[in-house]
Amino acid sequence: MLPASAGNVWVALGSTVVVFAGLALIIVNSPGWPKVKHTFFDPAEFRTYFATIGHAFVLNIKIFLVAEVLILILALVLAVMRSLPGAVFFPIRVLAIGYTDLFRGIPTILLVYLFGFGIPTLQLSHVTVNPVYLGAAALVVVYTAYVSEVYRAGIESVHPSQEAAARSLGLTRGQTMQTVILPQAVRRVIPPLLNDFIGLQKDTALISVLGPVEALQRATLGASSEFNYTPYVVAAFFFVLITVPQARLTDWLIARDRKRQMAGGQV
Amino acid sequence: MINKLLAVAFVALAVTASGCGSSSSSSSSAPPASSGGAADCSPSSLHTLTSGKLTIGTDNPAYSPYYTGGPGHDWSGKYNNDPYTGKGFEAAVAYAVAEKMGFTKDQVTWAVTHFDQSFAPGPKNFDFYLAQVSIRPKRAENVDFSLPYYRANQAVVALKGTPITSATTLADLKKYKLGTQVGTTSYDFITGTIQPSQQPSAFNTTNDAIHALQAGQIDGIVVDLPTAFYMTAVQIPKSTVVGQFPTSPGGDQWGLVMTKDSPLKACVDKAVSALTADGTLAKLQKTWLSDKVSTPVLQ
Repeated sequence: MLPASAGNVWVALGSTVVVFAGLALIIVNSPGWPKVKHTFFDPAEFRTYFATIGHAFVLNIKIFLVAEVLILILALVLAVMRSLPGAVFFPIRVLAIGYTDLFRGIPTILLVYLFGFGIPTLQLSHVTVNPVYLGAAALVVVYTAYVSEVYRAGIESVHPSQEAAARSLGLTRGQTMQTVILPQAVRRVIPPLLNDFIGLQKDTALISVLGPVEALQRATLGASSEFNYTPYVVAAFFFVLITVPQARLTDWLIARDRKRQMAGGQV
Repeated sequence: MINKLLAVAFVALAVTASGCGSSSSSSSSAPPASSGGAADCSPSSLHTLTSGKLTIGTDNPAYSPYYTGGPGHDWSGKYNNDPYTGKGFEAAVAYAVAEKMGFTKDQVTWAVTHFDQSFAPGPKNFDFYLAQVSIRPKRAENVDFSLPYYRANQAVVALKGTPITSATTLADLKKYKLGTQVGTTSYDFITGTIQPSQQPSAFNTTNDAIHALQAGQIDGIVVDLPTAFYMTAVQIPKSTVVGQFPTSPGGDQWGLVMTKDSPLKACVDKAVSALTADGTLAKLQKTWLSDKVSTPVLQ
């Protein structure tokens, strides 16, 4: 990633400074900048809303932590369902394919509305009307479809010879899947998996359409009460804050994986 | 949000690249020539968006009782209303202001403007905007407000027969789950004055708040009183206005929104104060808004 020699470092540093300073100068010297600065980057507003929006952001964190665990499990089940071979399992495969096609295709916000306002309107007993749970359920349904495809890609990337070898050793189909295929498949798909989860974390903001005041809705309330967009920037700050460590972790995992594969190649 | 930031950045870049052409319109200089009392307010000399025309912005959907003409033009859908009809309190106020400023009905154009856009920095798509926007000092740092054309009280709407309807004081409301629309001042009112024990909900549209009330997700909706009357009469069957709140100090006054340092402000203000003085505003209120006296006040 980074240039190796000392000379290259200086070149990189120089070009970076020139590019960013140039961009900053163009923006800061534009005629509308004072207005933009006042409406988007007002330090006083930032301080006012930092704690309020940070407090509201706890709800986003709770939602995605619970949702991620459920998605990891359900998506794996779905991916395995889709990988079942043979004519007998055709209906299960069809179900799995239909699920993925449907829920990847529906705009997430529509599903959030449908769950959040539709399910309570059915007036079923023993079913929650809490919009946070219902909205989170909609996110789980959508992201299960995405993540199952990631799992499936991982499962299909394991060479068929692995399965053949395992079966020839006397392992059943289930044992082969569990002890040979999945461990390799899951390891390979961790980076794209984390990528989907970053998307999920941002989509927790969609639950705001059902009424819960999470970070983005709190920011909207602040922005509309003061006619200043700085609260949105505060909300963005929190979303970036939790995304960046994950992005770096993903980079690191990819790099580690590559190293491993190359090491294997040299044996 | 990110898109908006990028868009602003690109616009800024484009303006710089084209040689800083429009510096006079975007700099925050003093309003041109109209600061004195004797402003020239004839339609031909006004710096409106389209010269010789008055462009008025409002939200879409446009709700009763502020707009009551039924669907039409860009305002389609069951509860939506076409402002061009001039029916409804705000549609009527808008045309009255336009007329006072010297514009005929044909010279008025309506622009669909989402509430968020009404205070976004940069060029606006309207000369003035009206959609029940409360005048507040903080807001006035980023837009110009006209003199107030209405003073609104907040009220609570609930389903008949639910426990909240027996509330007679502000303290009685504390234990209920309340909801409101984003972009209104009601949320601050709930958290600041009612201070309920449950986190209030905030919805993007009134329709969503109504759904949540009917689904039992919230116990009551806090809205301005005229909207509350409309909700109970038309939008929510078997609902009732639990009560209204005493007018807060300074009042929740509604004003027409204009771009910051708008050259029109002096003339719009002149029209609004003339309409207040000659009783037109009071008359329009009587025509389009229900009587607030009969609703119990929650202290």
